[in-house]
Amino acid sequence: MDNAICFLLNNRSVTLQADPLRSLLDTLREDFGLTGAKKGCGEGECGACAVLVDGRLVNSCITPVIAVEGKTVFTIEGLRETPRFQELSRCFAQAGAVQCGFCTPGMVMAAEALLMRNSFPTEQDIRTALSGNLCRCTGYSAIVAAIMTAAKEGEGLWPASFDPGI
Amino acid sequence: MARVFRPGNLKEALHFLDAERAAVLAGGTDFMLKAGRYPGAEFAVLSIGHLHELKRIAIDAANVLSLGAVCTLSEILESPLVPLFLKLPIAEIGSPAIRNAATAGGNVCNASPAGDVLPMLYALDATLVLKSHGDQHEMQIRDFIQGPGLIRIAAGQMLTEIRIPLRQTWRCTWRKVGGRRANSVSKTSFYALIDRTSRGLGDVRIALGAIAPTVVRSREAERIILDAYRGKPSQRCTEIIALYDALISPIDDSRSCRDYRRTVSLGLLENFLTEVMRI
Repeated sequence: MDNAICFLLNNRSVTLQADPLRSLLDTLREDFGLTGAKKGCGEGECGACAVLVDGRLVNSCITPVIAVEGKTVFTIEGLRETPRFQELSRCFAQAGAVQCGFCTPGMVMAAEALLMRNSFPTEQDIRTALSGNLCRCTGYSAIVAAIMTAAKEGEGLWPASFDPGI
Repeated sequence: MARVFRPGNLKEALHFLDAERAAVLAGGTDFMLKAGRYPGAEFAVLSIGHLHELKRIAIDAANVLSLGAVCTLSEILESPLVPLFLKLPIAEIGSPAIRNAATAGGNVCNASPAGDVLPMLYALDATLVLKSHGDQHEMQIRDFIQGPGLIRIAAGQMLTEIRIPLRQTWRCTWRKVGGRRANSVSKTSFYALIDRTSRGLGDVRIALGAIAPTVVRSREAERIILDAYRGKPSQRCTEIIALYDALISPIDDSRSCRDYRRTVSLGLLENFLTEVMRI
């Protein structure tokens, strides 16, 4: 079986020969040197490894690399190039939402995933969107406040949308 | 290293399964954890999460909802065709990132006693479409799931579709008891449906999760509850609870203990009978 896997990584087309069941996280960190996504728990519990696949938040530690064949993968390194990241970064800094920083890339990706779908989130929407991301410093309130501010002051950076939930 | 086959379509997938015994990979949220326990193991894997043919959500003329086996939980939550009584349990599974990958079919085929998609499928008498190369079967979920991790599936067969008969008048009660709001495996769960219209109560269904090797449902007990509600001489609430008490067999494990599970499960049942049914 041919093990060539092709996908779009931060807007760049990539091909690699890999064990199809290798985790996307290991592939990003070790094969592509993208170390923004972190290995926290390695089993989908903590969200430190979160990236976007076709615009949706996933835990890269339990995503087999074959699952992203033909898809777009967007990591914190890709997001860094955008004005939306500048806004999130500014708001995280202002709110003191970064302590040890290990969870921060995952938190920022979860915030991006939320704001892309719901540009006017309530506090509850934000807490639900972050529910799979653990912060061991337990700085949740500052993170929620940072995202609330980013949504407000960054209006226009994310497409105007409202997710009615279920 | 596992040998992984990524078929171009369903036909190719079934053809592969016909020739070879393979583990089926959909969203990977459980699979990747299990595969990690056997480093270096040689096994064949059929990867199906990308197959559009298995992502269909539709309602047919008989008001039966079809969910393609690899619909992610997020896709089900976002579908306007899926009623709230199916969305409530799904919305409490995992986290947004898990729901973006995990599939309904995966939850069924894992056959975990704590699988949160299962109680509602039992309560709704869901059936499963099992396809193989040149053949197709339909099976009740209660016949498909045999025990923890055990399913009745023949060599070459694959779950392709979950079929759920709908009634617009169903109203559900769902309670999941877990360690935290997100990413928790149920210690115990309770799903009930009532069909109450202006003409009175038409039907009641109750399914208890994570308190026995498989979901517990009793048609006999449901009939007795209906009679009790309609004021026919019948058992009282305590006797109905005793019926379920005899059916459950909770275990001690890392998440909870049998006494807790029994007490909470029967407490949720009692609350439903007295507060929702008002028996």
